[in-house]
Amino acid sequence: MQPFVTLDGLAVPLDRANVDTDAIIPKQFLKSIKRSGFGPNAFDEWRYLDHGEPGMDNSQRKVNPDFVLNQPRYQGAEILLARENFGCGSSREHAPWALLDYGFRAIVAPSFADIFFNNCFKNGILPVVLSAEAVDRLFKAVQTTPGYKILIDLEKQTVQTPDGQAYSFEVDAFRKHCLLNGLDDIGLTLQHVDKIKAFETQHKQTQPWLFNQ
Amino acid sequence: MAKTLYDKLFDSHVVHEENGAALLYIDRHLVHEVTSPQAFEGLKLSARKVWRVSSVLAVPDHNVPTTDRSKGIADPVSRLQVETLDNNCAEFGITEFRMNDARQGIVHVIGPEQGATLPGMTVVCGDSHTSTHGAFGALAHGIGTSEVEHVLATQCLVQKKSKAMLVKVEGQLGRGITAKDIALAVIGKIGTAGGTGYAIEFAGSAIRGLSMEGRMTLCNMAIEAGARAGMVAVDDTTINYVKGRPYAPKAEQWDAAVAYWRTLHSDEGAKFDAVVELDAAAILPQVTWGTSPEMVTGIDGKVPDPAKESDPTKRGGIERALEYMGLQANTPIEQIHIDKVFIGSCTNSRIEDLRAAAAIAKGKHVAPNVKLAMVVPGSGLVKAQAEQEGLDKVFKDAGFEWREPGCSMCLAMNADRLEPGERCASTSNRNFEGRQGQGGRTHLVSPEMAAAAAVAGHFVDVRQL
Repeated sequence: MQPFVTLDGLAVPLDRANVDTDAIIPKQFLKSIKRSGFGPNAFDEWRYLDHGEPGMDNSQRKVNPDFVLNQPRYQGAEILLARENFGCGSSREHAPWALLDYGFRAIVAPSFADIFFNNCFKNGILPVVLSAEAVDRLFKAVQTTPGYKILIDLEKQTVQTPDGQAYSFEVDAFRKHCLLNGLDDIGLTLQHVDKIKAFETQHKQTQPWLFNQ
Repeated sequence: MAKTLYDKLFDSHVVHEENGAALLYIDRHLVHEVTSPQAFEGLKLSARKVWRVSSVLAVPDHNVPTTDRSKGIADPVSRLQVETLDNNCAEFGITEFRMNDARQGIVHVIGPEQGATLPGMTVVCGDSHTSTHGAFGALAHGIGTSEVEHVLATQCLVQKKSKAMLVKVEGQLGRGITAKDIALAVIGKIGTAGGTGYAIEFAGSAIRGLSMEGRMTLCNMAIEAGARAGMVAVDDTTINYVKGRPYAPKAEQWDAAVAYWRTLHSDEGAKFDAVVELDAAAILPQVTWGTSPEMVTGIDGKVPDPAKESDPTKRGGIERALEYMGLQANTPIEQIHIDKVFIGSCTNSRIEDLRAAAAIAKGKHVAPNVKLAMVVPGSGLVKAQAEQEGLDKVFKDAGFEWREPGCSMCLAMNADRLEPGERCASTSNRNFEGRQGQGGRTHLVSPEMAAAAAVAGHFVDVRQL
């Protein structure tokens, strides 16, 4: 998992409440054998004018020019600014996989669905909860200022705007530690890399036949 | 302190302990196409490497066709899964027996066949029937896809120690009684959740008398009793089977290995958390009648009558199963007619299984009411050996189809499946609803019993042939 320390990124405002996981990644794309590659189909039904199916060449499809992610000024956005109860619906991890694959590393919203919130941390995405008023101010600023960037600092637990405004946010200490260090379950096990190596060396001495090619 | 075999295997692989869970070092990681794609994808996304490439052996088995393979796999979803495995193994440098390799086969057949499964090892695979490998005095677990990724990346598995159960089968098995019958009799006795939370050691004179093929059949079904791991102590049978196999130790390494392997048994006086005892002589040929492996009876039995069951939950379960299975209460098992026969799967597709089935089929013919009787060897090498012994000819002369190796109709991920309502005598391991095809009805039996049912058109007592 990629660590998350600070992110100074372009923000895109998705001005809808209760965005569910089916909207984030429609079900026909779950047949994939992969965990990556969902990005082109993130928000598929809003993003394109035709019906999407796996295997389609998305570059040939008609995009919906009115959908915010398709607007030229938001290309390359890494921060998704969203409304309340973002990520409700199923527990599918395909939703954070799709957002990550699209390029988002952080989502700022007044509230998140619980399972989605957990799944974000497992996949290196920082979900930031700010007050509804703060989110509202950010929406207005992003919408009126092209190229508006936000600086998220996980260590300090702050969201800073270009005009010097700073908002602080809460995050579970253990999750913060894991995200700062890029530690998923595998990452946690790899904290014991010296012990694994020492065991392996010893094991190889006593049972060398286990290490034959 | 006296240790169980499970204690010895577990304790000797603990790298680290924290919060009651151990980090267990994994010696052998077997991989197939269904549960590995997202694990490899995870490695790539995190830019991680495979910790020890030489510990991994991969093979496609679930999605491969058992008919002519020269044109590849027709179903695009199956084909993609197999191609993904090929590509991942090539990218990470993992040894893979590809679909057209002579050594290809069911992952739980080829591991032991190659000597890739050895006594004393920890063995994992993203497949619940990994318990099979415990037959070698190994600690073998099925794991999930995130754990597959975890083991690939770290060579370790986070694992809490299970309780230990001893299943002791003493005495002499009757003629025609096999390891499959022992397995089903154990599950019938303790239930499909009886082993939940336990690692089962199978012991006793009847187990010591089993071949390695038989021990694999038995340990394979440990998971059907709810236990993630089943195991049998090492003895001469184990060592003689392993000797000379491609991945087995050679020369002076062999002697050192054998000396260690001889210690892989439960010590005198070792304490088990549970003990189950069976009398081998009392075990009859087993046939399942329902939709769970614990819904099983002897060949002389009848389909149970739900009206006689006092427990309402159990009664409801029996009623639902009989409805799905299309069976009437009190029908003698021998009067159940079948439509198809499947001899194969990681439970019963090894050379000994095929020999036993062929001995029954020899000189006879599949009954007219049986639409299809298929034999699917567990691996390319099993198939080649069977052909060398002329077993393919015996089967074909008797009207059986002789197929290419794979998981096939055990779980119907490839083209081999039951049609709705079809009834099958199957040597596989799960009789769940829809397991062999939507609406298909599965009766689990031994290879001998399956061959005998194919010839008779209904279940018969193999002891009377």
